[in-house]
Order: sequence, then C-alpha cells, then structure tokens
Amino acid sequence: MASERIVIIGAGPAGVRAAQILVAAGIHPIILDEAPMCGGQIYRQQPPVLQRDYSELYGFEAPKAKRLHDTFESLRGSVDYRSDCLVWNLEQKNLHILHAGNSETISVDRLILATGAMDRILPFTGWTLPGVFTLGGAQIAFKSQACAIGRRTVFLGSSPLLPYIAYQYAKAGAEVVAVLDTTARAAKIRALPGLLSGGMTFIKGLYFMAWLRTHNIKYEYGVTPGEALGDQNVEGLRYTDQRGNQQMLECDAIAFGYGLRSEMQLADLAGCDFRFDPVSCNWCLALDGHGRTSVRDIYAAGDGATILGADAAELSGARAAHALLGDLNLGSQDTALGRLNQELDRMNIFRSALERAFAYPHHLAKAIPDSCIVCRCEGVTAGEIRSAVHELGADDINRAKAFCRVGMGRCQGRVCGPATEGIMAAVLNRDQATLGRFRTQAPVKPVPMACVWEKPPEDIVL
Amino acid sequence: MTRQIAVDVAIIGGGTAGCAAALNLAKKGMSVALFEQKTVGSQASGVNFGGVRQHGRDLRELPLSLRSNEIWTDLPRLIGNDCEFVRTGHLKLAFNEAEMAVLEQFADDTRDLKLDIELFGRNALHKRFGWLDKTVFGASLCSSDGQANPRLVAPYFARAARAAGAHIHEHETVTGATKNGADFCLETRSGKSVHSATLLNVAGAWAERIAGWFGDFAPLQPRGPNMQVSEPLPYRLNVSIGAVGGGVYARQIPRGNLIFGGGYGWTDRDKIRARAVVENGREATKRMVTILPWTQDIQVIRTWSGIEGFLPDGIPVIGPSKTTPGLFHAFGFCGHGFQLGPVVGEILAELAMEGRSVISLDNFSIQRFST
Repeated sequence: MASERIVIIGAGPAGVRAAQILVAAGIHPIILDEAPMCGGQIYRQQPPVLQRDYSELYGFEAPKAKRLHDTFESLRGSVDYRSDCLVWNLEQKNLHILHAGNSETISVDRLILATGAMDRILPFTGWTLPGVFTLGGAQIAFKSQACAIGRRTVFLGSSPLLPYIAYQYAKAGAEVVAVLDTTARAAKIRALPGLLSGGMTFIKGLYFMAWLRTHNIKYEYGVTPGEALGDQNVEGLRYTDQRGNQQMLECDAIAFGYGLRSEMQLADLAGCDFRFDPVSCNWCLALDGHGRTSVRDIYAAGDGATILGADAAELSGARAAHALLGDLNLGSQDTALGRLNQELDRMNIFRSALERAFAYPHHLAKAIPDSCIVCRCEGVTAGEIRSAVHELGADDINRAKAFCRVGMGRCQGRVCGPATEGIMAAVLNRDQATLGRFRTQAPVKPVPMACVWEKPPEDIVL
Repeated sequence: MTRQIAVDVAIIGGGTAGCAAALNLAKKGMSVALFEQKTVGSQASGVNFGGVRQHGRDLRELPLSLRSNEIWTDLPRLIGNDCEFVRTGHLKLAFNEAEMAVLEQFADDTRDLKLDIELFGRNALHKRFGWLDKTVFGASLCSSDGQANPRLVAPYFARAARAAGAHIHEHETVTGATKNGADFCLETRSGKSVHSATLLNVAGAWAERIAGWFGDFAPLQPRGPNMQVSEPLPYRLNVSIGAVGGGVYARQIPRGNLIFGGGYGWTDRDKIRARAVVENGREATKRMVTILPWTQDIQVIRTWSGIEGFLPDGIPVIGPSKTTPGLFHAFGFCGHGFQLGPVVGEILAELAMEGRSVISLDNFSIQRFST
C-alpha cells in the first residue's frame, strides 16, 4: 500500500487541496500540471518578471489565492511536483506526458483528475476575427501578461465572470465599452432566492455590478449577439437589445463566453462514465458521492468533473483525497467526507441559482447562420453541420464529426462541441443530451511527432 | 413486441460491401433489409487508412480490385458523391535490392492488366519525388490507384440504397439466425423477426460468428489499424505511399493533414470498442520519419482505430456457404478491403440473384478452412 503510486493531475484549487490531504496522511503524491506554476486558471500566478501584489491580481479573492499558493509551497518537500507537464494520453494505467519537448510515461496505481475547465462559447458571425477573445482568455491576458485584449473592449455573454472581468479591466484602467449580458433581467430576479445562499460570493457579485454602474459602464440584459464587425480586426459589434432593436458599438476587442465546460478528455480516455446536467447544459463526470469515477482507482474533483467554481473545487479536491485514503484503508474518512459533502450541498444550491442567473443561451445555437464557422480548426460551418444531418442522417455528434470533420482538428471539439450539440439538437428537434459528446482520442492536445516514435524513459524521482 | 419483416434478401452488416449489395439489389427490384449493429460504415469500412489501391495486392484479388477501381470512378453517378476519391497514384517503396525485386515481380505479373505501373530506381525516384529521403532504394508507382475519405463511402452507399428502396436498419443487432425450410429467419435485439429467401453475411469482424450459426467455419481474428493524423501541413505528398512488407503507410489530403498508420491498435469486439496504442505505432512512425524526414517536427493531433477481421492466409472469404444454400459470405478483408467494398457489393447482388458471379470466387471459398 505504501508503495502505491498516486498521481494528481492538475495543481489548481482541487489538485492542491487533494495533495494537502494526502500529504497529511503520509502519502507523497506525484502532481502533474500543465502550467508553469500552481493555482489553476482562477489563481493563476503571474510570471516572475511581473510584480503586481495579490490584491491587484486577485481582488477579493486575494486571500484565497494566497492561502492556496502558500499551502502548495508548504507541500513542496512532500510531493513530486512537475510543472509544464501535459498529460496527453492515458492507456490503462499509464500516463503519457509531454515535458519540455520530451515524452515520458508514468504508470500509476491511483489517479485524481483535477483537470479544470475551459471557456464555453457559441459562435456568432465574426467570432474568428482577431480581437475576439473568450472571457477566460481576456482574464489570462490580464493576470498572466498584465495586459488588456484591446483598448476598448466589449464584454459579452452569460457568465459570472462577465461582470467580474469587466470590473477587473475597468479598475486596471482599460476602457470597457459595455457589458452585454444575454440573460434577461427577469431571469436574474427569479434566481435571487437561490443566489442569497451564496453569502459573500453573492455580495461580491453585487458589488461588481454596482461598481460598474457607478462608473457609468453600460450593463445591458437580454441581448442577442449579432456580428463582430471589421476587416482585419474587430472594429465593432452589432447586437440586438432586449427590446429587439439593432444596436452597434464601436470597439477594438470583444471578450465573450457562456460559462465553462469541464476538461474531461483524460477521464474519457480512461473510460469513465459521464452524465448530462440539464441545468448547466454541460457534460459532467458521473461520480459517486465521494468523488470516485466509474473506473476503479480513478477519482475526480473540481471543475474538471462538474462546474461548481473554485471554492467547491477546493472541497471536492479534499473529498477525492479522503475517498482515496478510505480506499487505502487508512482509517475511517466518514466524518471528513460527511462534512465536505454538507458544504458542497450548500454550494450546489447557490450554483444552480447562478446557472439560472447566468443562463446558458442554448437557443442561440439554432440562430447561428449557415455561413458562420463553428469548428475553426477544420473550417466547418454551421451549414455543413446541418447538411450532415439532412443529407447523411447524422443523429449524434460523432456521426456529424465523421461526415463533415466538425471537432476533428487540433482542439478535438473542445471549443465547438457545445455549439455542435446545440445546432444538431435544434435541427433534429431533440434534447441536447441525446446527441452525445465528442469522443476523445489521444493526444489530448497536439504533441510533437517525437512523442509517438521515441521510446520514452520511465522516469520517476522520489 | 415482435415485428415481422419479409424480404427477398436480408443483409447482416452495414459496411461498404453490405450497403453496396443493398443498393445493387434494390436497383434490381429486390426487397432488401440490412441490419447494422451500430451505424453504417462505423468499423472497418469507416476507420481505415483510405487507400484505394490495386498495387501490391495478392494476385488472387486483382480481378476484383480492377473491377472495383472502375466503380470508384463512377461513384458520383452511382451514389451521388465522389467520397473525396482522387486518383493520386500509389507509390510503394523499396529499401534494398530484395524489396525492389518484389516490386519488379508484381509489375511483371500484372503487365497485361493496364494498372499503369512505373518502376523507379534511386536517381529517377528522387528526381520525381523530392520529398522522399535519399535512403529509399527504389519504388513502384501505380498511377491508377487513389485515395478517398473512408468515413463517407458506406454512408453514401446506404443513402443511395435507401433512395432505391432498401431498408437500412441501424443500431439493430441480429441476435440469431436459422434456416427453416426455404426461409431464413433472423431475430433482432429490438424484437424484429425477419424472413428472407437469401441471407448475406457481411458482418466484418463479427461475421465468423454468424457463419458459425450455420456450421460454417473461418478462423477470423479481430484487429484494429493504428492510425494517426497530423496537423495541416503544406501540401506536397501528392501520392499515397506504402512500403514493401507493409509496416507504414501515409497520405496527405488537400487540406494538409498527413494521415499515417502501421501496427495494430487495441480492440474489444464484444464491447465494440477500439483505440490506437502508442507503443504499437512506434516502429511505423519511426519508419515514416525516416522516409519523410520533414515530418520529424510536425505535431500529431489525433489517433484512432476500429475493428477489422483478419484471416490467416491474408485474403477474404467471398462466396456461398458450405452448409446452407442461399447464404453467402463476404468478410475477413484483412485490413485491405476498403478498395474492394464496391465490387463485393456487386458480386453479392449477383450471388443473391443468380447464385453465381461474373468474377470467379474459387480462391475465396470458405471451404478452404475446412479440415
């Protein structure tokens, strides 16, 4: 048992808290993370050359970010931490890793997947123009590169990040032209009772909205994206306001997004079961009540399993570690698991309300024009996806992929998956859940040829 | 709830051969029901390399292959889509004198068949194909060969077959079949009961089980190709390439992606699952980097596999059952059936309607495995 090799993939909130619990129980896990420094996306650290302080970088979240980074520092002597490591394949219990241009394999006994999330988008005409970013991308530019995506930015979409990033940009001195929220005000008001359960998180959200208002930044509800205008670069955004009137804003950058989707490719390669969550319109990992996936010895936590946000990620990271300790017969974990699940249940109430207050606008998929590119890796338009349904009878998303190459390129459908599901659901008049999700095939992300032809060394420190 | 279906011909398996048979039969006015456990063209017909090749084939397969080559050209008229078939030619590489001799022998053996084969020594080869590594000893080019998109072929045949009146049932597993008197009786998982005068077994890697229901035997092994594809690159590989003795094969599509393979993947026939295995593709990939040095630093974006049926002597079973009149088999294409699919559909239609085919099938009899 002591000789079991335990690997955590991801050093964000979930991965770090999982590591903390394991180390406290005397286990020394290997932690593999794609980023150069711990923190995940939300508590991403700036490169050493930048010297902004915590409050400037993380605002209200500064204490949490600092706690997480500090915790990780305190674990460094007890874990085998490998940054800049892309786990690009999982075959049975072997992980294939790309690190500094070289491939390695690591065999594992137990695995905690804390792989995080990425932006979820729905294409609109012009979204491939230079100057259009995802909300997360706009935030990474800010945190990691200390720059804004443009001089005059429009923030568009439906996501708790929307007011937050607009606030971060405006506070840092960038011009925020407008914040355009696709969720109607009425939906926000309906979500209020649930939102109240969020306590401080909710209050912070209100604060961002109020701050934007007092700084005369336009915040519109119930908008419908039209088209990003421009020739070489974004020059404006056309949209329809809540009254149905066409509007145009001049800008040189657009950040847009509709919440997050889990990064689940490794879980898929491992053969884990998934489920569709109708509230968030997202595929999630099917977990038992304690963070075990359907595959023996594989656990999952954080937004990589279900989108619940950073606070919940810390809790579910700890939960997965406790479940693992229980499975190793290292004493009863019932008390800890019970306490964590109680807190997670409370957060779930808030999260469902948040999903309604920043609803996923699945109806927009139906309106994506035939000429609009959906899969930018393979240059596949919405019209071609619809043809795959009409002409060849594609009745699930992987059939559409086979017929018209949607989701077949570099990103393997991580970007265009939700839109493709939505477009097909509308054409077929079916529930999105019935269309399935893009099957993952290794590599998780593109890897150099050398990874597939050079025999990697089995390289384990510790 | 049992649903009764009565047709002239029942077909088990929705690969290219099955769908093409359905099309040919429906066009001749036969009533046809095809049953596919998943979706049409989702295994061997759809996951293969996409080479449409006569070059280097077992000589016994060549009469079929030549006829099929004609059908490939005719796809737009036949099924309304060219399935991205392009006659790029196929270049088979030799690395030493002995391998070159194999290519010369094939050219010699097929001299009268109008395959349009051209042999290249080292100098001529590198003058014509500058993207090849200089270590390649020689090669043979078959200009009448080409390549196509395997994901489209069976689906377009199925679509045409439907339009011609055939019933194509997807997600419908045939759980058992018997012959009672003059009629075959098939039971499906969803509760259909199918009666037919003729039964075509084109169930790919699953076909030997169906043959077994009728006392026919073939030692079939399921295997999966180990496929990889690169990011889009500037287009330069204007022929499909292979090597004597197999090992590695590659082609580039106009979009720029380089598709290559070699070795075998992991397959689970019962769960109908397959995937590429990195370790198994290592030798082939290494060899490709040697042949095409400019691929050394490219990125691989995706790998895949699927389930194909292999027989020990490397050629398929095509023809009547040994035990049961009215039952015809076509399976075990050993990883090189893509090009043959259309002609096999034609042959099966002939067998179903006339009991015999224009092209001799003596070499493909299932009886060769009987002891």
